[in-house]
Parts: sequence; C-alpha cells; structure tokens
Amino acid sequence: MEHYLDNSATTAVCVNAAEKAYRIMTQIYGNPSSLHIKGMQAEQELNTARKIVARSLGAESEEIFFTSGGTEANNTALFGVAQARKRQGRKIIISSVEHSSIIEAAKRLESEGFEVVRVSPKTDGVIHPEDVKYAVDSDTILVSVMCVNNETGAIMPVEEIFSAVKNKNSSVVCHTDAVQAFGKLKLNAKKLGADLISVSAHKVHAPKGCGALYIKRGVRIIPQQYGGEQEKKIRPGTEALPLIAAFGVACDEFDIDANYSKIRELNDYAREKLMKIDGVTVNSPENALPYVLNISAGRVRSETMLHFLEELDVFVSSGSACAKGKPSHVLSAAGISKDRADSAIRISFSKYNNKEDIDVLCNGIETGLSVLAHR
Amino acid sequence: MKEIILLKDGEIVLKGLNRRSFEDVLKKNIKNSLSGLGRFEITSAQSTIYVKPLSDDIDLDEVCGRIARVFGIVSFSRAAACDEKTLDSVLQSAPVYLEKELKAAATFKVEAKRSDKRFPYKSPEICRELGGEILTKYPHLKVDVHNPDITVYVEIRDFGAYIHSDAVKGAGGIPVGTGGKAAILISGGIDSPVAAYMMAKRGIKLTAIHFASPPYTSRRAEEKVVRLLKKVSRYAGPMTMFTVPFTKIQEKIKNECPEELFTIIMRRLMMEISEKIALQNDCSALITGESLGQVASQTIGALACTNEAADMVVFRPLIGMDKQEIIDISYKIDTYDISIEPYEDCCTVFTPKHPRTRPVLKYVKEAQEKAEFEPLVEEALNNLKTTFISADD
Repeated sequence: MEHYLDNSATTAVCVNAAEKAYRIMTQIYGNPSSLHIKGMQAEQELNTARKIVARSLGAESEEIFFTSGGTEANNTALFGVAQARKRQGRKIIISSVEHSSIIEAAKRLESEGFEVVRVSPKTDGVIHPEDVKYAVDSDTILVSVMCVNNETGAIMPVEEIFSAVKNKNSSVVCHTDAVQAFGKLKLNAKKLGADLISVSAHKVHAPKGCGALYIKRGVRIIPQQYGGEQEKKIRPGTEALPLIAAFGVACDEFDIDANYSKIRELNDYAREKLMKIDGVTVNSPENALPYVLNISAGRVRSETMLHFLEELDVFVSSGSACAKGKPSHVLSAAGISKDRADSAIRISFSKYNNKEDIDVLCNGIETGLSVLAHR
Repeated sequence: MKEIILLKDGEIVLKGLNRRSFEDVLKKNIKNSLSGLGRFEITSAQSTIYVKPLSDDIDLDEVCGRIARVFGIVSFSRAAACDEKTLDSVLQSAPVYLEKELKAAATFKVEAKRSDKRFPYKSPEICRELGGEILTKYPHLKVDVHNPDITVYVEIRDFGAYIHSDAVKGAGGIPVGTGGKAAILISGGIDSPVAAYMMAKRGIKLTAIHFASPPYTSRRAEEKVVRLLKKVSRYAGPMTMFTVPFTKIQEKIKNECPEELFTIIMRRLMMEISEKIALQNDCSALITGESLGQVASQTIGALACTNEAADMVVFRPLIGMDKQEIIDISYKIDTYDISIEPYEDCCTVFTPKHPRTRPVLKYVKEAQEKAEFEPLVEEALNNLKTTFISADD
C-alpha cells in the first residue's frame, strides 16, 4: 500500500472530478464559444464551474478568471498590475518566502526598472504586518504576500497585512498567492481585503493544468496574452473545459471544517510520534497550517531520506518540489541553519491520509536514522 | 538527376592492407546510423563511400546530420548524380542542381576531377564548358579562380558523374569498432560523457559502467546517465551499460575508513570493480573523465593511488584539458544540459570536508585492506544490472 504524504506538491484527483473531466472530453466536448447546442452545453458547464470556484472564494462569478494554474495566475497578477500601474509608481513589495512564480516574476520586473522590496519573515516564519507597512510608500503599486507558505505551512496574517497596507496607501493593489490555503482554510476575498487571489486546481484533488485568478471588480490589469474574447480577454484561448469543470467538482466537495479537524488530529499525532524519535526537529511554526509539517531528520540528507522512504512506499518531499537540488530559501529566511535545512523533509497531508500512513512514515524515519550513513 | 552523398574516408586511407576491413566497419557504422530513415545502397570505390538513397521520400537533411556524427569520415558532400555520364548531362544538371547557391553568389569557379580517364573530355575542357554554361544561365556571376564565393565540383568517376559544391566537414577520427573495446566509468557529470566521446572518436567501441547508491543517489541520477549515453551513442553507436549496486560499499568506506581517504578508496574500488566487468566483457582498457588537478581526487598523487587499483591500461583523454574546453565539447555533443541537472550521484555523496590531496599509497592500501571489501565487491559484481543503450533520434 502506498502512503502519499506529498500533497502540497500535488494531490490525487478525486473520482467525481476525474469522471467529470472524462464526460466533458467524450460527450460535452463542444467549444464554449460555438453558437450551436454543443457549444451552449459546454458554456453552461463553464458557468457552473466558475460559480462554484467563485463561491469558494466568497467572490462573484464575474471576478473569476481561469488560467493554466497557479504559476500563470501569479504571473498574470504581477505583470498585469505592474503594466497597468506603471505611471502611478514603480515599487512592488513581496515577501522573501514566496513561491518561485512570484520570486522570479518580481526579478523580471526588477530588470525592467521596477523597484522590488522583499520583506523577510521573523524567526517564527511569519511575515508581520508592520514590516510590510513600513515598506509601503506613495510610490508603491503592488503588494504580494502568500496566504500559506508551501514549505513550512506558516500562515501569513494576510488580512492584517492588507489592511495595514491600504491604511497607509489606499491605492496599492493587494495580491495573495492562496494556492496552499485554498480548500484548506476558509477564504473570503472581501474579508481578506485582497484585490487579486491566485488558486490552483491540482492542489485540491482536481487535475493539473488549471487554476484561477480572482480579480476584484473594478481592478484593472493588462492581459499578458492576446487572442479571442475568452475570460473577458484577460486570458484568451479556448477554455480547458475538462480541467475547469473537474476543478469545479473538486471545489464543490470542499468540507473545510471537517477536513481541518481531521488533519489537525493527524498532524498532532505525527508531531507527537516524530518528537519521540531521537534527532528529529520540527521546522514548521507551532501554529502553522496542519496540512504541512516540515521536519529535519538527524544529519541524513533530505534526498537520501526521501529515497529511503520511497522504498517503503512512503512519498514525501525534500523542501519544496519546485526547488529540487537548491537549498531552501524559505528555511534559511526563517533562520534555520544550513545543516538542519540539508536534512529537511516536508510531509504534507490530504483528506485521504490516515494514522497508518503516519505510523509507516515514523517507523521509516526511525529506521532510516539508524541504518543510513550520516553526513 | 538523383541525389547521393559522397563521403571521404579519413585516416583509414593510411592503414595500408587493413584498409579494406576498416572501410567495411565504416560502411556498417554508416548503415547503422541511418537506421529508421529508409533504405540505402552503401558502396565504396576510389577512397570514396557512396550513400545512395533508394527512395525519393528520404529526409536527406537528417541523413547528413547523422553522417556528420560517424567517425572515420573527413568530409562529405551532398551531390547530384547526373542521369548519364556525358558532358551534356553535366552541363544540364549543374546549373539546375546548384541554382540556389549560384544565384546567391557573385563569383564562382568550376573544378573538375576526371578519375575515369575514358571520359572523352579532359578536366580543363570540362571546366571551360561548364563555366561557360553557368555564365550564360546566370549572367550576374563572374569567374574568380582564386577566391570564389562558390566552387562547383564535377567528379567523373567509374560509375557516374557527380556535381556538388563545397564539402562539409565530417566527424573525423577512425571508425568505431576498429580500435578495440573499452569500458567508460560514467557518473552523470560533465566530464565522463566527453571522455567517452573522445575515445569513441579514436575507434573504440564502448561499454559503460555506472555506480548507483540508492537511496543516497536517486533513480533519476541513473536515468540521467542513460540519457547521457544515448547522446554519446549518436557518435559511438549502441552500447551496454552495467549499473553496479554500490550502496553497501560506500557505507562501509564511510563507517570503517578514515574520512579524508573516503574518495580515494571509493575510486580505487570503482577501478577494481570496473576492471573485472571490463574483463568479463572483452574490454581491454578503462576510460575515465579525470582531468589533472580538477578536484582533490585528481591530483597526481591521488591518480597514482587510483591507478594502482587496476592492471588494465586506463585512458584519461581529458587529463590535460581545462574545464572550459571540456564544457565546449559537451555543448557540441549536446550532453551539457543533461549533465548539469542537479541529482546526487555517487561521487558527490559523503564527500569529505578535507580530502587528502597527497595520499600515500601505502596508508591508503592499509586502510582499504583492513576493511575487507572483497565479499562486498563480489556481491556487487553478482548483482549488476544491464541496460542496452542506443541513440533514439
């Protein structure tokens, strides 16, 4: 039996979503823009999915724009705002622990002449509102801070951050990368005070290749792609309806409270068992999102432990799957020593996990620590 | 008028009585390199190999691309075979076949080679006639015999008359398989694929040996080596790769030998194991990607210690090269981008913080003998994994 504990990298697609995608591909395969009935049926599926995704963000259908995933949503947000606002100012503020799709996009904007300020977390791994507020000035056009960090699960006080930002300069556009929080925490666009929110389908038991950008009514961004009229020209191109409809189904299955308490329990169970193993330290903050648990196991390299656990059909991640081979910028920003970061393992849960998965994992780590050669 | 490819042999011309067998190997290598592209007739005469496509739908650009990677060919030309071996046919074919090149040029000359002396026109006559014909067809051109933009070659051979422009440089070297067989120790870095390529160029048929240490190394590291060897195979032909399970040996070195000697003892054991695999597979040499002074294990002292572990001759074609020179070749053979992918390989796990750069053989051997690796070496040799590699383009 396999024990998949890498759900922050990606998740298994739930059966209903997979079936929906299959049905769209084989039966409701029309182009939503076609005038005939096949097109209309497809368009209805698109509208349904949009409504569900909107609802799960506390937003209106008109505010949801489907993309190819979280990376595209993040890129569209950053470049779109920067281009729309370049006459109002040149300063962009991000956190230093963002996903690479924000970090790299910001680097590109920097090379185009924008000023990028990177706010670091305190030793608790959390970005603090006063630090962001301090960086805001009249030249600032955009702030982007993630909801939940993908490596440690640290929850960022986005609501407080955005309110502090708007308090100082109300014209700043606030974006949050909510890829790791979506479906796990209750998100409400208005309550968050966000102008733009990025989400991804494959982290919530829907297929890869799909995501969405929430754009608050009235916020203007410049499209990064040109073509037809789809997605109100923000994201032209025939909609990936099988993926989008499956995304809708997966969002419809969200049961945030029930899953949260289940995962909280699993996380507590895992922490308790892991702490009993000699040499294991927890890197995730105490009050992190329970879906992610980052630990360091003795002085065994992350990759070695990962492959050792793989032999036991336990699948975890070394740092973040997107940063293969590079030292984690997140752990070092949170003040975790290089030695500890070299042994970091990210365990990430989904509603499909159970205590047995954790028992096998913990036994594996314990055995690994005793048989594997240390650095 | 059909198209044909004319190949000029390289150093094999020098090989006297062996020439025939060298040429046979080369023809076989050419045939293998063209597999999947269609049917060809491959013949040789007058120190030229003729590759004649047997159907019209063959992609000759791809054929030339592959021929450019076959060792033993100095240069090659894509040529038109005239319908008849007559002056008229030559005069008719040349301006048509080279139309694009002639239109783009401002100056030209004609060079004729008449190896079939029965042909009724002598070379200067052929040049004069064809030159005149081209000038009539393309009045913008001027003749320049010293520095022409394009040279039109006419070859009157035993089996036909051929027309082509300047030849393309081939891969050089000697045909793979004529220089014996050797085993390359391949890790996944930049150097070893380049070393493999360089020895294949000298006619050696390759066998590959890779050391894997799961879980310290990932399956992706091994898969990466397979992809590297596929690239090398485009030059060296198909080969067998042996994967040596190396985990227990590395753990034993780590646990029982002095830390500063870890790498040197590991490399000695790699040589020892490789020599045994080489002997079992009719290889008469080992090849490594070592370059003097590149890292601590590649100093003179360290190499002396490694070298002593095997009796077989060891080729180190990169020994005097700078890193950048090696990288330049890896770009050329298209292995660089694969080599720099960041997966742990067995050379990077457990690297000591302060490796000994001037190890003393006596102490190294003592440390190695004390730990008794023989049973583990035996076990590793009994559990080799075999993978067949061939270029898949």
